[in-house]
Amino acid sequence: MSVYINKDTKVIVQGITGSTALFHTKQMLEYGTKIVGGVTPKKGGTEVEGVPVFNTVEEAVQETGANVSVVYVPAPFAADAIMEATDADMDMVICITEHIPVVDMVKVKRYMEGKKTRLVGPNCPGVITPEECKIGIMPGYIHKKGHIGVVSRSGTLTYEAVHQLSEAGIGQSTAVGIGGDPVNGTDFIDALKAFEEDPDTYGVIMIGEIGGTAEEEAAEYVKDNLSKPVVGFIGGRTAPPGKRMGHAGAIISGGKGTAEEKIKVMNECGIEVADTPAVMGETLINVLKNNGIYEKCKTH
Amino acid sequence: MNIHEYQGKDILRNYGVAVPNGHVAYTVDEAVSAAKKLGSNVSVVKAQIHAGGRGKAGGVKVAKDLDEVRTYADEILGKTLVTHQTGPEGKEVKRLLIEEGCDIQKEYYVGIVLDRATSRVTMMASEEGGTEIEEVAAETPEKIFKEVIDPVTGLMPFQARRLAFNINIPDEMLGKAVKFMMNLYTAFVEKDCSIAEINPLVTTGEGEVLALDAKLNFDDNALFRQKDVQELRDLDEEDPKEIEASKYDLSYIALDGNIGCMVNGAGLAMATMDTIKHYGGEPANFLDVGGGATTEKVTEAFKIILSDSSVKGILVNIFGGIMKCDVIAEGVVAATKQVGLEIPLVVRLEGTNVEQGKKILDESGLNITASESMAEAAEKIVELVK
Repeated sequence: MSVYINKDTKVIVQGITGSTALFHTKQMLEYGTKIVGGVTPKKGGTEVEGVPVFNTVEEAVQETGANVSVVYVPAPFAADAIMEATDADMDMVICITEHIPVVDMVKVKRYMEGKKTRLVGPNCPGVITPEECKIGIMPGYIHKKGHIGVVSRSGTLTYEAVHQLSEAGIGQSTAVGIGGDPVNGTDFIDALKAFEEDPDTYGVIMIGEIGGTAEEEAAEYVKDNLSKPVVGFIGGRTAPPGKRMGHAGAIISGGKGTAEEKIKVMNECGIEVADTPAVMGETLINVLKNNGIYEKCKTH
Repeated sequence: MNIHEYQGKDILRNYGVAVPNGHVAYTVDEAVSAAKKLGSNVSVVKAQIHAGGRGKAGGVKVAKDLDEVRTYADEILGKTLVTHQTGPEGKEVKRLLIEEGCDIQKEYYVGIVLDRATSRVTMMASEEGGTEIEEVAAETPEKIFKEVIDPVTGLMPFQARRLAFNINIPDEMLGKAVKFMMNLYTAFVEKDCSIAEINPLVTTGEGEVLALDAKLNFDDNALFRQKDVQELRDLDEEDPKEIEASKYDLSYIALDGNIGCMVNGAGLAMATMDTIKHYGGEPANFLDVGGGATTEKVTEAFKIILSDSSVKGILVNIFGGIMKCDVIAEGVVAATKQVGLEIPLVVRLEGTNVEQGKKILDESGLNITASESMAEAAEKIVELVK
């Protein structure tokens, strides 16, 4: 078992003929992901990497039975692409594209209300269920199949955590990158809920950063709803207020969104928080040991 | 992106948001002729810098005649203002806004921001105008009223009326206040603002509802479709290293320490700064080279770090996903060949093409300390700059 995606997931790539999308389509195919189609308007009927290209998402879904879409479409057109996938009733749309205007994302969120499609991202590395299905841009080889759920606002910091876990023989059930934008789809709470419901996930690592209050809300959710141990890390302890640290969402404004506040609430809610990113794996392992599930989590 | 008050007011005026008449001035003479053109009894001389708290720092003066305009303009132009938002080094005033004075009856606050919790744009209003809204929020949160806006309909008149009633705008000015708020919202959305803050909004003896100050910030991600806003960028207000970085799409922020950092990914970049601090060092910058960086981009990034004279050592921390380690290594080598390297450099590479990357660095003959982990790398560079 896993969360959101598995070996049976059928994926289409929106914007498949762009250079980044092409590179990653190749990587995903090599990993074993079932890429069944791509969408680029006016390129319908052609083929790239042995994958058929369609003009619209609707057509791609009809022809291939795909249930998940991944969006590599450039920022000015990405909001439209997400809505097109939603209109086609996909189960999930994962948006890798960064720099989407926030006003566009506000509209996207409104459009998706009451519809069945789950959005992950934008501005995220994607979702991976190790050794089954990789959708996004993460380096596949650092992941190992296992029982730890990973959810993170940051791409490279996810790789760092996953790498530490895999090196220590702790595999992952699914890693979900929710992205660094202020308006995004799947949030920490959605992912935590999914990990709690997944019988193959035994523990969770959540990686947050400064800005907003998503981590605080997630911590309260963990306290009330999670039976599985959760550890965390918050990036940006040393970030100065009022400066946007790369991610559009990573900014301390009006005294809100500091790392100290987040870490305090997480600790109060029973989440152990790693002091430095270098000890994310170690912190989780200690917690697993204290919960008596370390051996169960070890990948043999 | 930030703009000046006078530029913000120009934009608002175009959207039918009431603002006082005013003109920008770069010299004392221009200030005096601007005041003459306004022809008002009283004019206000306002320093234009990208920071709040100008009034308290002596950057805003009320002049009763043209002589006073001249005196104040002379005093403020070229002066370095230090406010709670400028940092201790302050900011030099190079532009003035000369504005018509008005008979203020009462000051209010109106602001529009994105509410992350609801993913909606939200308008906030308060009767406590003219002060720091953060203070109001902390001490008397019940005095701040909010309306969450549906993007399909936009701000509705009933919402604007409710805000106006809640903050006790006099009935005879209610219509004007509602129009003000509706137009402000339209400006916010159409110009892709990230913040639109009117503090204070004032009611006047003449029965007007006016934006006495205006702070507009824009969503950097939307600038591609806001060409006129892009042209308002004032490079004097930005760190030269940050300007250079933005030319190459690098996300760079100057900080006070002495350890230069080059990292891929915003989260890892922040975490790297945190780790340096954890080992007792001080980062000199935040720098995310991004995912699709080319050798040229990496080279420029490295040169920007080296151009900061306070940098006494450099830490490169790369976890290649979309970014390839060999590209980073080539960039580091190319940059040091171009500008030389006399300070310690610690490099930690991991991820895509890590072996090729390490090989390039090994064969470069450069004095590089290689590191296997982020913690070890941070510890080493902190030790080396001591």
